[in-house]
Amino acid sequence: MERLLMKGNEALAEAAIRAGCKCFFGYPITPQTEISAYFAKNMPKRNGVFLQAESEIAAVNMVLGASAAGVRAMTSSSSPGISLKSEGISYLAASDLPCVIVNVQRGGPGLGGIQPSQSDYFQAVKAAGHGDFHLIVYAPASVQETVDMTYLAFENADRYRMPVMILSDGLLGQMMEPVSFPDTEIKLPEKEWACTGHKHRRTHNIINSLYLQPDMLEKSVNDRFMRYERVKSECTLSEEYLCSDADIVVTAFGASARIARSAVDSARKKGIRAGLFRPKTLYPFPETELKASCRNASAVLCTEMNMGQMVYDIRLILENTLPVEFYGRTGGNIPSPEDILTQIEKMNRRIKGGALSGSSI
Amino acid sequence: MEAVFDRPHALCDVPTHYCPGCTHGIIHRLIAEVLDELDIEGDTVGVCPVGCSVMAYDYFGCDMIEAPHGRAPAVATGVKRASPDKVVFTYQGDGDLAAIGTCETVHAAARRENITVIFINNTTYGMTGGQMAPTTIPGQITQTSPYGRDTAMQGYPIKICEMLAAVDGTAFVQRVSADSVPHILEAKKAIRKAFENQLNGIGFSLVEVLSTCPTNWGMTPSAAMERIRKELIPYYPLGIYKDISNQSK
Repeated sequence: MERLLMKGNEALAEAAIRAGCKCFFGYPITPQTEISAYFAKNMPKRNGVFLQAESEIAAVNMVLGASAAGVRAMTSSSSPGISLKSEGISYLAASDLPCVIVNVQRGGPGLGGIQPSQSDYFQAVKAAGHGDFHLIVYAPASVQETVDMTYLAFENADRYRMPVMILSDGLLGQMMEPVSFPDTEIKLPEKEWACTGHKHRRTHNIINSLYLQPDMLEKSVNDRFMRYERVKSECTLSEEYLCSDADIVVTAFGASARIARSAVDSARKKGIRAGLFRPKTLYPFPETELKASCRNASAVLCTEMNMGQMVYDIRLILENTLPVEFYGRTGGNIPSPEDILTQIEKMNRRIKGGALSGSSI
Repeated sequence: MEAVFDRPHALCDVPTHYCPGCTHGIIHRLIAEVLDELDIEGDTVGVCPVGCSVMAYDYFGCDMIEAPHGRAPAVATGVKRASPDKVVFTYQGDGDLAAIGTCETVHAAARRENITVIFINNTTYGMTGGQMAPTTIPGQITQTSPYGRDTAMQGYPIKICEMLAAVDGTAFVQRVSADSVPHILEAKKAIRKAFENQLNGIGFSLVEVLSTCPTNWGMTPSAAMERIRKELIPYYPLGIYKDISNQSK
């Protein structure tokens, strides 16, 4: 298989085209703009649609229209732009429309900065818009994984009729790595629900999110949450590294996990039994897998490029059976492997000194 | 016996939720007649955003999408770009098209997006109970302009046809009225042209229809029709504001 050296953002766009994305609608924002630029250059040559919208809001609603028309469609942005898209994301979810939304995260809140961040975890996982709904959220940690997850995102968006988010960041989007694209043949599913014109051969299709009767609205939400149960059992992805005998389990997602992995290796060299647990899907969260990875642990260290967001989920899932501590940098700063190693060493000293113990909690 | 008048096929045989005397019913019928006459119901996708017409997906026989408030031109753009062979129309009120969705409206026009927009201007937010709209005329009393729209405090109405005529991308824009038989026949012609333009690839075509809201205006249906003639047409003159359909493309 051919190996290419590509930037994360461009590899993502190429993977989307190969995965059958017919329409891309976007709006310029750093650090995701290479995605739009790649589509702008390639879609006209490959029978696809690229359109630069007048706003993030318009872009996500164009995705809604294209998805309702039955084609694979996507948009991408960076943090402040995703906030603008959240109205449309809620409507997409409520209308059971498949699509892919990419967030190449930058520092926030507000206009924040343009350097990498992971501070949109809450937004992606808990509150991507108003109302009761979820997105499938993929958190790649390399350019290759960005590519692989882009294929998965389109496939699962169609399979479960729901929006899927790829939660990248400025680091993964901007860096170059060797990458290969799978040769899998893309089979586009039939969408009998789509607005394609009924040709007088069926009753009219309606794409809608309005239910004025509380019982009808509750039923539609319940049906969707039944589907989320299938998503949980069929889509959850995670990776564990050196966890089987780990005394300290470091949890991290995306770019942070790359740094944490180096720190775990350094800790091992120093004789500290450290391991890494990495959720690859943030929704659904790999709960069982996390518990299994922590089976021999005395404590957990959650590292993120934010002020502590995923750490709340780690604590909820472990139900206070283990001490869970947090280390993070934010504002576009990236923790070094040495920073994380220092935290692991401190934690290790406290465990050995009896100051940190799971059994006492 | 020969039937000489019937419900258009593209208009579903269901009761609507519109208030008695409201002109939505007339305008729905005109659109449905055009879909029948051009034989395009089976190839048409309608987009109705938030407002009184939000439930129009139950009334038109073609495939229908309910869009977020103001976003119908963007949603219609997505449909049309994904399926250029489909006929795509939006049906939007004044709050939707001229306030929260102004950006989407102007840019769909600027792109000369090949869609048809039917714009219902009744100078108020009907669905939420009659608040001041971007098209509420100076002095008009609404729930949120209880002393009459004061231009010193609340600014001026937006005249959509006049504004869009100044946009290079706009292909066709006409203001019509639903107040009387001659005006309704004129409205039908304009709506038909706006759909024909799309079939001919002419591009962004918008028809503004001056409409009534007897409930929120606090008037009988006939007094509301009279208000269109006495107050609205003088402020919003009827006519074609731009038409490039006869120019070479």
